[in-house]
Amino acid sequence: MKQIAFVSGKGGTGKSTLVSSLSILVQDKMLADCDVDAPNLHILLNGKTLKQEDYFGAKEAVIDSSTCLKCGICRETCRFGAISEQLEIIPMKCEGCGACLLICPAQAISLAEAKTGQTYVSETARGTFSHALLDIGAEGSGKLVTEVRKNTFNFEENEKWLLIDGSPGIGCVVIASIIGTDAVVAISEPTKSGQSDLERVLAVARHFEIPAFVCINKYDLNPEITSQIESYCANNDFPVIGRIPFDPDVMKALQRFKTPVETGNPRVTEEITGIWIRLTEELAKPTAKQ
Amino acid sequence: MKIAVLSGKGGTGKTTVATSLAQSLPECQYIDCDVEEPNGAIFLNPDLSQKFPVQVLVPQVDDNKCNKCGECAKACQFHAIAVVKNKVLVFPEICHHCGACIIACPREAVSETKRTIGFVETSRRGHFLQGKLNIGEPISVPIIQDLKRRMHEGIPVILDCSPGASCTVVQSIEGCDYCILVTEPTPFGLHDLKIAVQVVKKMGIPFGVVINKATSDNTSIQDCCRESQIEVLLEIPFSKEIAEGYSRGLLPVQNELWKDKFRKLYKEVKKVQA
Repeated sequence: MKQIAFVSGKGGTGKSTLVSSLSILVQDKMLADCDVDAPNLHILLNGKTLKQEDYFGAKEAVIDSSTCLKCGICRETCRFGAISEQLEIIPMKCEGCGACLLICPAQAISLAEAKTGQTYVSETARGTFSHALLDIGAEGSGKLVTEVRKNTFNFEENEKWLLIDGSPGIGCVVIASIIGTDAVVAISEPTKSGQSDLERVLAVARHFEIPAFVCINKYDLNPEITSQIESYCANNDFPVIGRIPFDPDVMKALQRFKTPVETGNPRVTEEITGIWIRLTEELAKPTAKQ
Repeated sequence: MKIAVLSGKGGTGKTTVATSLAQSLPECQYIDCDVEEPNGAIFLNPDLSQKFPVQVLVPQVDDNKCNKCGECAKACQFHAIAVVKNKVLVFPEICHHCGACIIACPREAVSETKRTIGFVETSRRGHFLQGKLNIGEPISVPIIQDLKRRMHEGIPVILDCSPGASCTVVQSIEGCDYCILVTEPTPFGLHDLKIAVQVVKKMGIPFGVVINKATSDNTSIQDCCRESQIEVLLEIPFSKEIAEGYSRGLLPVQNELWKDKFRKLYKEVKKVQA
């Protein structure tokens, strides 16, 4: 199964719209939503849940007040400010590192598994779909992403593709979403912010030696910046595989829980079909994966 | 007063709102806490005259003292140290800088060394601050902490957060007096707004909503806010003119009318503090 991760750097450039459109156009694939703290793909996919599990992706210190000597050494040791003056653990600040437990002279502290989210595998009309939701304010979003990807392999039935909807940014969640994939597709928009964020996320893909391709969404909104993005991509060997026109109907379709493909938007559908053809052609080239 | 601007969903207009608010006030400090993808500078054009590296402490092992007992690896909850074939391997990128390995080592063979994960830049008087995470680094929280240590007192501080609702957002909004949640009238915007609302409620911070790209034929956000008794502070209409300006790094507040609206928004927000 070839894994393709869709990222953007900047949020709101059209990752989920593109992935949900491709979920209709591409056959023989699985889907994963790795934007675990603000997942959106499930809203358009409406599946039947095959598996739902609590995910324990972090640890949390627990102080046994009956054996605690109230010496406060744990509080001095904790680098995250997670132990209050009353020597109680502040769950939202505890990283579960266990430094307090190691230093405690009375062995009054232990680490407990902490639930950090919920994982789901759903059967949808468009393929098996793995997703998750991070608990409010929980640690370990990167680990939850890894779990979402692991879940796809448990339900794999020789599908040819895995389409991964990524998250904005360039940190742990994005790194966990793209590591080990066959290709990264970065969706940008011709704005100064979109351009700056695209360059940073492409640098991350290159840092991890993953072939990366670029789509410019709403390319006609600012032709000057589109051409700047294109020359940046040409100079740095990131093939541009799509230019999706700006069309207010895309947002209107989304408001009715539909992808532009379903509402029969011909220009947008044609371009998204072309993106997939060009991507598969690029991946078939022997040089695609270093 | 410390005001954080967040959204859940990315691309709804956090930076537009945060920088517009900053430009509408006579004096304030703007801090770009989206250290993975900072964009505030594009709109505020600060004179970034100072740059400071952000360093974290990661373990280093003294081979002369180490007897490869593996206690450090056992103590590390993040798998940032491994002892294999009589060799100690440190993976500094995934280290959480907690110091557990130092406590665990029975031979005092583990010490700490500084490692740069990004940097903080400020304007000359520190009214504009931004942080940048280095490419390939997963952990950005220490940069946000560094930025927050540089907060000014006595003037309004505006913190522009990253998208999502994970630890970076929690770190950014902690200790703030008010949160502005920016959303857009799509099912995605509404879904992620509800997540952002849960985060700020859990942290006990007063908040209100700004609806960006508002259209007259979709009132899903207004309906949700009314039902949940959430104040809508401002609506910014869906406008090609605003979108085109944004694409070139221009803000709606170049128009006095919008500047006025943001000043009113600030007055509303300030009432909460009183």
